Amino acid sequence: MNADAPQMAAAKISLRDVAKSFGPKKVLQGIDLDVAPGESMVVIGGSGSGKSVLLKCILGLMAPNRGSIRVDGEETVDFNDRSRARVMRKFGMLFQGGALFDSLRVWENVAFGPIQSDGMRPEQAREVAIAKLGAVGLGPEIGELFPSELSGGMQKRVALARAIAREPEIIFFDEPTTGLDPIMADVINDLIVKCVSDLGATAVSITHDMASARKIGHRIGMLYEGRLIWQGPVADIDHSGNAHVDQFIHGRAEGPIRMQVRKF
Amino acid sequence: MTIPLLTVLGRMTLAFLEAAGAVTSFAFQAIRLSVQPPFYRQQLLRQMLEIGYYSLPVVGLTAIFTGMVLALQSYTGFARFSAESAIPNVVVVSLTRELGPVLAGLMVAGRVGAAMAAEIGTMRVTEQIDALTTLSTNPFKYLVVPRVIAGIVTLPILVLVADIIGVLGGFLVGVYKLDFNDTAYLRNTLDFLEFQDVFSGLVKAAVFGFLITLMGCYHGYTSKGGAQGVGMATTNAVVSASILILTFNYFITEAFFSR
Repeated sequence: MNADAPQMAAAKISLRDVAKSFGPKKVLQGIDLDVAPGESMVVIGGSGSGKSVLLKCILGLMAPNRGSIRVDGEETVDFNDRSRARVMRKFGMLFQGGALFDSLRVWENVAFGPIQSDGMRPEQAREVAIAKLGAVGLGPEIGELFPSELSGGMQKRVALARAIAREPEIIFFDEPTTGLDPIMADVINDLIVKCVSDLGATAVSITHDMASARKIGHRIGMLYEGRLIWQGPVADIDHSGNAHVDQFIHGRAEGPIRMQVRKF
Repeated sequence: MTIPLLTVLGRMTLAFLEAAGAVTSFAFQAIRLSVQPPFYRQQLLRQMLEIGYYSLPVVGLTAIFTGMVLALQSYTGFARFSAESAIPNVVVVSLTRELGPVLAGLMVAGRVGAAMAAEIGTMRVTEQIDALTTLSTNPFKYLVVPRVIAGIVTLPILVLVADIIGVLGGFLVGVYKLDFNDTAYLRNTLDFLEFQDVFSGLVKAAVFGFLITLMGCYHGYTSKGGAQGVGMATTNAVVSASILILTFNYFITEAFFSR
């Protein structure tokens, strides 16, 4: 995906000195990050390195202790409910476990945003849902099933369809390939690249799957002990000159990175 | 010995006050958001069906056997004083004022409160609540408000049905086992019954409906830690709702009937 990397313009998402602690544990310690419009940024890092917390702070699901998070130049940290809902309209999110609503049918899951938030009529939203399911390679008959009747890979596809149903400007991916076999993981990666490219959206992903990071990202940032210790184009990751990055991308047990025990 | 004991006592008091504050704040948020659009009517109807219609068999069975036992037990006591004619009065007043709302409340707390805590708790630990937020839907309004309103509206209807079924249970035992005249039994029941008896029971039911759904939603919404957390939320929802039902029952009774 690197060949299509956009030139840095006014940042779509901009983080300055973002910090988050849980009690004495400092999870994020001053993150600075810019994501350009149309760019796909992938944040890598070990378990417990603060990737999920970073994503939740950008999404507004968690408030940082300090720092600035701007979306389209607009400061979002102190947003009230109404402003938060407005900026959420720009977002689509693929959760690690899919987070599909298990009391609703597949098509109702995909059509949830258009119906509940955009006030679309259910018949029209159903057509949108079927079209989006088609975009992720699922037939209309899948729409009538419940999420519990689907395999892990199909659930991820449905979750992706839901994430793109409202044609968001920014899509977030939380460990999109976790728990999938390598072939299905590659299918999901291809779908992510296609969907993001078709929508012309900006993407922010967190993952520890290097194959996925290389495939879906224009740029990669490495999070370690709450700091972005390296960031650069995907092509540069193999000669980053950073011992932490080298250890991580080659999956070596020996090196400067020590296993993080606690989860955040 | 005294200082560690005081420390434990202090910690327990602080934890209790913290929990009470959190529940109160949760309740106020539910009330505040219940008057603000958007209103999720379909969710409300679904919850009313879940709380009301699907609880009918269990509440109905509880009510009919309670009415039957009440008639039977009253007879064994009242027969000693030749006061058998008071049985219809005792059955109807006990049911409408106390047993109808309290037993229906406890049964619904076990059935619906537990299910709510488990469903919302599972949604919390599987990130479905976060997913609602990212779909520009306020999860509190979507999940909590319809359940609380459904509880307040539906439980009085359920209790009214329970009252009628309970009186029928007493009537069946009175007429077919204790040889009461059926017309006399019904006349005694209606003559003695006052509007306040039924009304106080319905007020109790509305309050219990609020407490049951509030506890189910609160414990589910704040659950954490996977399956164990959801299990704990379910237990806490039933236990706290049951205790609150019995506590509030006393205070509402005192408000209505104390001289």
